[in-house]
Amino acid sequence: MSSNVQSHAESPHIVGYAAFIKVWIALVVLTGLLVGLSLTHRPNLALLGLLVITPTKASLVLFYFMHLKYESTALKYMVAAAIGVLIIFIGLTFSDYLFR
Amino acid sequence: MSVPAEPQVAEHAGEHRDYVGAKLGMWIFVFTELILFGGLFVAYGMYRSMHPLEFHKASGELNIALGVTNTVVLLTSSLTMVLSVVAIRLQRKVQSMFFLACTMLLGAVFLVNKFFEWRAKFHHGIFPGSDHLMARPPGERLFFGLYFGMTGLHGLHVTIGVVVMSVMMVFLARDRIRHNDFIKLENTGLYWHLVDVIWIFLLPLFYLAA
Amino acid sequence: MSTVVESPTSESSFYARKGIASWLLTTDHKRIGILYLASMMTFFLVGMTFGVFMRLEQLSMGPTIMKPTTYNALFTLHGVFMIFLFVIPGLSAVFGNFFLPIMIGAKDVAFPRLNLLSWYLFMSGAAVALSSLFTGNGPPDTGWSFYVPYSLRTGTNVTMAVFGVFLIGFSSIITGLNFITTMHRLRTKGMNWMRMPLFPWALYATAWVQVLATPILGITLLLVILERVFHLGIFDPSIGGDPILYQHLFWTYSHPAVYIMILPAMGAISEIIPTFAHRTIFGYKAIVISSMGIAAIGSLVWAHHMFTSGMSEVAIVVFSLLTFLVAIPSAIKVFNWVATLYKGSVELRSPMLFALAFIFLFSIGGLTGLFQGALAINVHVHDTYFIVGHFHYVMFGGTGFAFFAALHYWYPKMFGRMYNERAAIVAFVLIFIGFNLLYFTFLVLGLQGMPRRYYDHLPKFHTGHIWATIGSWIMVAGLLLMVINLVRGLFRKTSISANPWGGVTLEWTVPSPPPTENFDVLPVISEPAYTFNPVAKESA
Repeated sequence: MSSNVQSHAESPHIVGYAAFIKVWIALVVLTGLLVGLSLTHRPNLALLGLLVITPTKASLVLFYFMHLKYESTALKYMVAAAIGVLIIFIGLTFSDYLFR
Repeated sequence: MSVPAEPQVAEHAGEHRDYVGAKLGMWIFVFTELILFGGLFVAYGMYRSMHPLEFHKASGELNIALGVTNTVVLLTSSLTMVLSVVAIRLQRKVQSMFFLACTMLLGAVFLVNKFFEWRAKFHHGIFPGSDHLMARPPGERLFFGLYFGMTGLHGLHVTIGVVVMSVMMVFLARDRIRHNDFIKLENTGLYWHLVDVIWIFLLPLFYLAA
Repeated sequence: MSTVVESPTSESSFYARKGIASWLLTTDHKRIGILYLASMMTFFLVGMTFGVFMRLEQLSMGPTIMKPTTYNALFTLHGVFMIFLFVIPGLSAVFGNFFLPIMIGAKDVAFPRLNLLSWYLFMSGAAVALSSLFTGNGPPDTGWSFYVPYSLRTGTNVTMAVFGVFLIGFSSIITGLNFITTMHRLRTKGMNWMRMPLFPWALYATAWVQVLATPILGITLLLVILERVFHLGIFDPSIGGDPILYQHLFWTYSHPAVYIMILPAMGAISEIIPTFAHRTIFGYKAIVISSMGIAAIGSLVWAHHMFTSGMSEVAIVVFSLLTFLVAIPSAIKVFNWVATLYKGSVELRSPMLFALAFIFLFSIGGLTGLFQGALAINVHVHDTYFIVGHFHYVMFGGTGFAFFAALHYWYPKMFGRMYNERAAIVAFVLIFIGFNLLYFTFLVLGLQGMPRRYYDHLPKFHTGHIWATIGSWIMVAGLLLMVINLVRGLFRKTSISANPWGGVTLEWTVPSPPPTENFDVLPVISEPAYTFNPVAKESA
């Protein structure tokens, strides 16, 4: 039954409730901003929303809720690699569709 | 802001337990889910570049209020999920179970909203293979094909998440998840947050493309 | 080597526990490797039989022993069996499972129960794919690549076959996940990354491809199923879908898949050559970097399967350039292996023969791949027997021969027995001669214009087809002799020492076969991976 038992010195430090609630508030505010921008029916602003606000929201979830900020450098590189691979798949496929 | 120290891997014969290893395994699984949905994002990207106006028009038929509500529901469920993990680490078992229950409830709310959303579409004759949809321009047909495919796959993942959480609830109740052994709950959280991140991208792509 | 504490001679190897339940419910990575070996060799022989029948049909012109639609089903099944049930799991599933933990000084993989699950997913997927042969309107006739729109329209049992492949994909993902975590977390003391042998390094590079590329196949196949069942309308051109998008998504996995096939094979060759040249590998670091490089660049070249499909000119030029780049790290490896032989004390035992043949056959395969990457040539050879020859040289002459090499090399360690060396050499010669007669002829036929996936051929191709079919018989005779020899060896009552070949990696320090725990005391490493000291090799 003593699975995964870690001594106190070994456990990663604990982030308290307050920090996460702040992140949540930021996420909700950003969502509101995103919706507001798209309701202006100006395509450039909506695009800004897609390309800037959405990745920012995802990053907040990734770094705080998923604890990536406090993880090892190796894991951070792996996450970057996975996201990078997806971006490359999309980008290289666009090399076909955008130039037909 | 410390870098976690490496727990000792047991060197005696018999099973070893490894907190960091278990978390690494879960992260790798998260990568595979990212790429799984990623294929659908590739399809969306290409078809939108081919039919920008029709995507724009079809997106207008989706209910923004419902989409935003579901977004806030999932964001909040992510919060309660992470609070559940923090609570058990602080040895507050009842709070942890409470937050987990909230997460499950919010997940269920999401699914109920999705059910009503889809039902409304079906009533309007918009479903895969419907005659009404076949009569529309190709860009709009592709939009709705992607809409049902992506939100459907996402909804399936939400459902699986809620089921897994119910198992975690039992583990919490029976002390198989404790303040010094909580990786199962943390890994469930990682899965749930990924489901949240997918939706963060689905919202602007489908509901706000108008 | 290093300060290895010899484990006391134990009566009980990992075979000790008897009974079918102890095998079907095992979490021992060695038993799981053997389970994969048994099932994969069976699927290989079935896939080989499909191939033999295809060649028999082509022995004479016009329909002879089968209908054209049967031929279509045969080449589809031959591809599905060989690719998904043999070559992709390949050396990873068998030798990776058996030897990775031992070679890094660990007791098992990071997630032993997930490891068993991966084998069950593999077998379930195989069962579902097999059932497509006997249910519905019969086996799929789309080719193993299931191109749309035909795969959406055909009445044959595409949904079952595709779902089976989907399950097998999960098996691959779980294996990759397991191996990555194992290498990050369970290397023994002193085994830092740059002291790890090259087979584990190859498995590491492969595992990343398994984890990051296979999910694309998963979603693509899922979409085909959804479209056939629910008319989702993503790929169907009559609804506005783009069949080329299917090809993009399919090849975004299926090209990296060939690196899943070849990287572990190259890793095994990097183990075998130093052992039988009795000197250290040339260019360890270059091989490590080129392995990771092949995995990375190989994920960027997929559309070279689509040059004639209708893509933009920008795309075909970009992918042609990237395709040329990926040849570089592969060539680096070939130079390193050959350089290892220089001034080595080369022993031409059966594993070494297969390994040397690998270098030759893989080089032909790789070079013909380069020709195909050139756009002007590609227009001429796409969908001809030239392509078929090329991929058999790399997948079969490459991964296949490396698999046989590894099987002979690690056989005494895995089974504590020895096969008949003379029979092994005869089998090798037959396989080598038959292989080249069959597939070199294919290269020639392709340049002459023979299209692939046709059940019949024009008179001008007839002589070539006869030579190829004769080659297939010689090769099959060799393959059967090899299998019989290896199986018979299991029943010969010889016991094998820990190190019959004089290898210097960790698996040769434990008994043959190893005990369940691999090591009683975990070794401590203090030297680089391929340190050959001038000591006498134990007699076998």
